[in-house]
Amino acid sequence: MPGGIIGKKLGMTRIFDSEGLAVPATVIEAGPCFVVQQKTSAKDGYEALQLGFARRSLGKSNRPLKGHFEKHGAKSGFKYLREIRLEEAGAFEVGQEITVEQFEIGDRVDVIGTSKGCGFTGTVKRWNFHRGPMSHGSMSHRAPGSIGASASPSKVVKGKKMPGQMGNARVTVKNLEVVDVRPEENLLVLKGAIPGPRQGLVLISKAG
Amino acid sequence: MERVDQLAREQMRADLPAFRPGDTVEVHVRIVEGDKERIQVFKGVVIRKRGGLTGATFTVRKVSYGVGVERIFPQHSPNIEKVVILSRGRVNRSRLYYLRGRSGKAARIKEKRTPAV
Repeated sequence: MPGGIIGKKLGMTRIFDSEGLAVPATVIEAGPCFVVQQKTSAKDGYEALQLGFARRSLGKSNRPLKGHFEKHGAKSGFKYLREIRLEEAGAFEVGQEITVEQFEIGDRVDVIGTSKGCGFTGTVKRWNFHRGPMSHGSMSHRAPGSIGASASPSKVVKGKKMPGQMGNARVTVKNLEVVDVRPEENLLVLKGAIPGPRQGLVLISKAG
Repeated sequence: MERVDQLAREQMRADLPAFRPGDTVEVHVRIVEGDKERIQVFKGVVIRKRGGLTGATFTVRKVSYGVGVERIFPQHSPNIEKVVILSRGRVNRSRLYYLRGRSGKAARIKEKRTPAV
């Protein structure tokens, strides 16, 4: 098995482990994925598998995607396509099913997802700055305050924490423990939290 | 979330008796010390029950050597061997925090009168 899979975050709960301790757990619907295309170093310059997740009819894909699926002999389209890098893509066939069975309880995995978007946020929320007094004549409630000295250095230092876009970025969480695997339901249960909202797309790969 | 809840429900225990706040219970807790395992009994009054699937907890209060002791148990923890209901209490609220300010005779709870069968 390729050591990676595409999944959908379903939500969090808590689960009792073998010692009876409550463990925070994230439930992911992982796979089944199907190999859509092999990328080889001879042709593409690198080795990878393009996996499709969440089957849907070819008619629902747009024309370029439909052509892509038909070219590689996929019988149906997919909602999501993602690539996973590996040593040798030739070991897998196009159309091969990739399931959660490749993971075992106790394995360590990395999860890549898109964090929840918070929009343009101020420094209090984004960088945990303290806020100013809310009363007693104060007018600096959630203002960032001074952003540097005056004539020297007469510029704002690079990397100064300021307001801006927070979230909606690619985030990797490493080394999460697999708590449970359910191949018949395509469920993967990991210890701890993963980035993104419920129903968010995540990429799971073996840690290492 | 339904599938997550379903997974959580599998973990929940149905074997514990239905006790309520005000009941006096004995909680038998499994304790692992090194490679030895033993059962510890915690006896007291249930002063709170909290829901939430596998996250459900209940609090038991007792007075030990003149010191009030409260212990919060995860209701579905596999470490709870069993719960024995010693008496049913008649109380008018679901959170018996008022017991904390009382001691001795004032901290008594009336027993629920059950119809003779």
